[in-house]
Amino acid sequence: MVEWTAAERRHVEAVWSKIDIDVCGPLALQRCLIVYPWTQRYFGSFGDLSTDAAIVGNPKVAAHGVVALTGLRTALDHMDEIKSTYAALSVLHSEKLHVDPDNFRLLCECLTIVVAGKMGKKMSPEMQAAWQKYLCAVVSALGRQYH
Amino acid sequence: MNDDCNDGDDDADDDDDDDDDDDDDNCSLEGNYLNVNMSLSSKQKATVKDFFSKMSTRSDDIGAEALSRLVAVYPQTKSYFSHWKDASPGSAPVRKHGITIMGGVYDAVGKIDDLKGGLLSLSELHAFMLRVDPVNFKLLAHCMLVCMSMIFPEEFTPQVHVAVDKFLAQLALALAEKYR
Repeated sequence: MVEWTAAERRHVEAVWSKIDIDVCGPLALQRCLIVYPWTQRYFGSFGDLSTDAAIVGNPKVAAHGVVALTGLRTALDHMDEIKSTYAALSVLHSEKLHVDPDNFRLLCECLTIVVAGKMGKKMSPEMQAAWQKYLCAVVSALGRQYH
Repeated sequence: MNDDCNDGDDDADDDDDDDDDDDDDNCSLEGNYLNVNMSLSSKQKATVKDFFSKMSTRSDDIGAEALSRLVAVYPQTKSYFSHWKDASPGSAPVRKHGITIMGGVYDAVGKIDDLKGGLLSLSELHAFMLRVDPVNFKLLAHCMLVCMSMIFPEEFTPQVHVAVDKFLAQLALALAEKYR
């Protein structure tokens, strides 16, 4: 189980309080699809992803960004049981969606950069550490049921 | 630096009860593509030069912040600075060294058309004297990208992000060139 100090819990909550999921979700997924274009392989049914402008204007990408970020937020209410919280989602991503779990890490990198852009220096180094620890725990849980 | 978060091999041995090893560390960012050569297009080189030029008034701050964040987010990197009195985030030696490193990055921008040739002596320094595990270049690059996004949120578009990310990866490859 991941151990959290009180300060880390506060930091993670503080970051989430600055995140508008409807804004950051789409931005993070768009950035991921642009910066790591091979991630587009999972979105064949989303329509036009042929240019950066198409990605940014694509409503399915935006909607899915919201879904993904909402899923990432779930752990905030279950910080002491992250593994079990994401067990079913992990099975889904492995057995139905067939997503290479390295992609979770790439999306989280892009999310951190989007959030850093919104928060500026209000995201202190200690806050960034706690935030990345949180994302790492979720990424680990999501990859856990792959076999 | 181990690859805990992405490693599926451990799972066979795990039971479903608490296990402390795989969840606690920050994720390795090394990925597989540190060793894959994705070279920059001329447009991307221009994007990098342009952004670094815009950034130049804040480059010291970004360098200092980036190294502070490296030691905060990836505390194992402090192992390279055991000779400093204080290797904590924001400390004077960390900030000063971050500025030095950023100076090196700017120098590399000027050598963007031949990073391997241009960074030969720096690579020898890192290979034979400093012996920094190359995985850490990727960690520092990530922290630099975070700082760039923080300080230039409007300018650090996805297009700039991908160009700078590729550049820093190429820089890391050039630095590791002499390692073995």
